[in-house]
Amino acid sequence: MPSFGVLFFPGSNCDHDCYHAIKKILGRPCELIWHEETSLEGIDCIVIPGGFSYGDYLRAGAISQFSPVVSPLRELAASGVPVIGICNGFQILVESGLLPGAFIHNSSLKFVCRWTNVRVEDTDTPFTCLLRRGEVLKLPVANAQGNFVLPPGGDDARERRIVLRYCGEGGELSAEANPSGAEDNIAGIANNRGNVLGMMPHPERSFESLLGSEDGRKMFESAISWIESRNADGKAI
Amino acid sequence: MKQFSVKIEVKLKPVVLDPQGKAVLNALGGLGFSGVSDARVGKIVELTMEGESAEEVSRKADEMCRKLLSNPVIEDSSVEIAEK
Repeated sequence: MPSFGVLFFPGSNCDHDCYHAIKKILGRPCELIWHEETSLEGIDCIVIPGGFSYGDYLRAGAISQFSPVVSPLRELAASGVPVIGICNGFQILVESGLLPGAFIHNSSLKFVCRWTNVRVEDTDTPFTCLLRRGEVLKLPVANAQGNFVLPPGGDDARERRIVLRYCGEGGELSAEANPSGAEDNIAGIANNRGNVLGMMPHPERSFESLLGSEDGRKMFESAISWIESRNADGKAI
Repeated sequence: MKQFSVKIEVKLKPVVLDPQGKAVLNALGGLGFSGVSDARVGKIVELTMEGESAEEVSRKADEMCRKLLSNPVIEDSSVEIAEK
């Protein structure tokens, strides 16, 4: 059974939400892993939760990239293990260079906490493999620096793997649907290989219909299905 | 070993939109200051460092900028050094 690891840093605050979603709702093995850990052996899927690691000092995610756990994280990411960074976790992945781009303050200059719709643009990643291209997910965002910018560089930057885009209920892209001013309505992006995904909305907060949406669950169910099919094929992850 | 004051300025690259700068610009206009056409907000990091020479300290400070103090994707940095 795929085993999840939720990394947490000083200032992370969505670690227990992620743990609850995976362990209690999906009933999968999951452990909380402190950032000083130097081994991630036996973990099939890494989750980097949201929060304000190191108080967002300097830039959100900037200081966490030097935590000891980031070394084994880099090795796992390079070996193809699924890694998802949510909100501050996304910022950490960007600052550590595991994903392209950077974050600046939301164009509104406000902390934005609201429901968003995101359109699935790429289903060839562990976290979207059970979804349809064009499918719209209802997920909440809560951030002050969610304004994603791609590295300046023209055409090359356009070829990045955009996985999720903010959209309206019907999937149409618009400025109103974009809570932070993120470039190209980008809500989630993957590395070239597709195994490392960063996203600003919180799938772990949309696991139960009681809380407004179950759409986030589909992303973790995708990851489980992806890992299980890899294991069944005897392929290295 | 000599002591140096090191002043590192980090700013968003000119091509990157600066929401804070825009808010400052609007606020200045609201206060009645006319003729301000642009505002950009950056950061200053002041360090006290020791080293054999200004060149050595400058090299280290540049490395700090690349690795931590700035994000080269969106920010430019400049270093000023004065012996104490």
